Amino acid sequence: MKKNTFVIKQISVFSENKPGRLAAIARALQEEKINILAFSIAEADGFGVVRALVDKPQKAHEKLGELGFNVAFTDVIAVRMKDEPGGLHDIARMLGEGMINIEYAYAYSGKEGAVLILRVDNVESAITAIKKGGGTLLESSLFQ
Amino acid sequence: MFWDEKVETLPKKDLERLQLKRLKKTLLQVQNVEFYRQKLKSARVKTPDIKTLDDIQKIPFTRKQDLRDGYPFGFFAVPLQQVVRIHTTSGTTGKPTVVGYTRSDLDAWATLIARNMTMVGLTDRDVFQNMVNYGMFTGGLGFHYGAEKIGMTVIPSATGNTRRQIEMIQDFGVTAIHCTPSYAMHLAEVAEEMDAHMESLSTGLFGAEPWSGSMRVELEKKLGVTAYDSYGISELFGPGVAFECPERNGLHIWHDCYLVEIINPATGEVLGDGERGELVVTPLVKEAMPLLRYRTGDITMRFEDDCLCGRSRKVARITGRSDDMLVIRGINVFPSQIEHVLLRIPEVGDQFMVYVDRINHLDEMTIDVEINRDYFSGELQDLARIQKKVVKELRDTLELRTTVKLVEPGSLPRFEGKAKRVIDRRGEM
Repeated sequence: MKKNTFVIKQISVFSENKPGRLAAIARALQEEKINILAFSIAEADGFGVVRALVDKPQKAHEKLGELGFNVAFTDVIAVRMKDEPGGLHDIARMLGEGMINIEYAYAYSGKEGAVLILRVDNVESAITAIKKGGGTLLESSLFQ
Repeated sequence: MFWDEKVETLPKKDLERLQLKRLKKTLLQVQNVEFYRQKLKSARVKTPDIKTLDDIQKIPFTRKQDLRDGYPFGFFAVPLQQVVRIHTTSGTTGKPTVVGYTRSDLDAWATLIARNMTMVGLTDRDVFQNMVNYGMFTGGLGFHYGAEKIGMTVIPSATGNTRRQIEMIQDFGVTAIHCTPSYAMHLAEVAEEMDAHMESLSTGLFGAEPWSGSMRVELEKKLGVTAYDSYGISELFGPGVAFECPERNGLHIWHDCYLVEIINPATGEVLGDGERGELVVTPLVKEAMPLLRYRTGDITMRFEDDCLCGRSRKVARITGRSDDMLVIRGINVFPSQIEHVLLRIPEVGDQFMVYVDRINHLDEMTIDVEINRDYFSGELQDLARIQKKVVKELRDTLELRTTVKLVEPGSLPRFEGKAKRVIDRRGEM
């Protein structure tokens, strides 16, 4: 139960790789006054997935779904990093020692320091490994 | 159930003997048609040259355009005095095609319809509403006389006034209907609007246009019927040429009346069982308008296995027109094959667009297909896996490497009527 407080709902949106698609997604979120906290685009052969952490994921899912977008929730975790050389290494080492595989990750650096968003193969083990290694996980309530 | 069990289940040898006998008779009958006298003469084929069924391959094909050129009565092999009815097929360009029937043609035709309807379990206890055009279109009178032959109670309601059609179904306790699948869909929708129930219905015979497996599911659910596919073209009498049996997996074409060949539409080469190509038919019992090796333009294939119902070899439901065939790096591809592959893969939709380009002198086919909303996990790797799966399934069926592009659900054009799913850009260079 307690671990769930660290599981954050990322929205993943299927998008063809063509001009205007990101603009359409961003406009939809703007219209609903949804703030994007972090985001990334992953591209494959002619299509991609737009991944975003937003403050109102349920509302974002509904709105994009209504507009015909294909949207799914994905569980990710967020770890605070020191915004200095070696910051990423600390986190990556904890996960490596815990035998956790990182599927993808993206990061942002704001006023309160740097944050690494992680999609891992086993969320619960990752949470345990980071706690054990002395890392700081951000609670989902901070975002959502 | 059988209308004529002996003929419908003739052993192969007996059937072939009957076919050859009737083929020879047809060859005599076509001698009354100037077109065929000339055609056979220039191909140097004399009637005695046809000794086996395979010898038919010596005879040239007859095409739809030949029939148009013979307008109006150029293909009649009997004096007009013996022609008791005329139908025409709509000509999309120029003149329509005229077909004629002698009295015994009409009887043979009605008998085939009776076979089909009996095959799906209809009897003289059924009340049958025939909701197709009763004019020049062969579907109306064709089914009408077949149903009467069985002794069914026939309601010649024809088309139009859907509310009245529904009232008649309710008031007369109609058990079986015949119409186009698109009209059946309309009927179901109007019934829904009227909040009308049609509990008496149990059998739906649908034909005259191609319809998909998903449409079958929809129609059966909405109308409460078991749906059967009916195939026919006016040049071969009309409806009744081939029909689904209760197995509902392929069409029984009546081999004692129609000699079937499947050809490669590009080369004319005769194909074997299990190979998809154009249906070529030599009708074996037509008097007024005999035809030799008539190219129907419809795409199907002969099944390799017999049917559980005991009737002879089936052909696949019609999956398109030979005019739609594409030749990609020398391999024949029908858009319908692509559709069939996509229907088997739940992760993608069944809408698609095909683009053909020539890149460095090589044909390249790109297929856009929609991802199925319910199968999007949010993971890029899952999408890549779906894409690979579609490429593989297409390669297995088409024997061709293609590029597959996954597109967003609902983003491909939807077509009403004739779909234009292929854009061939090879000529534009």
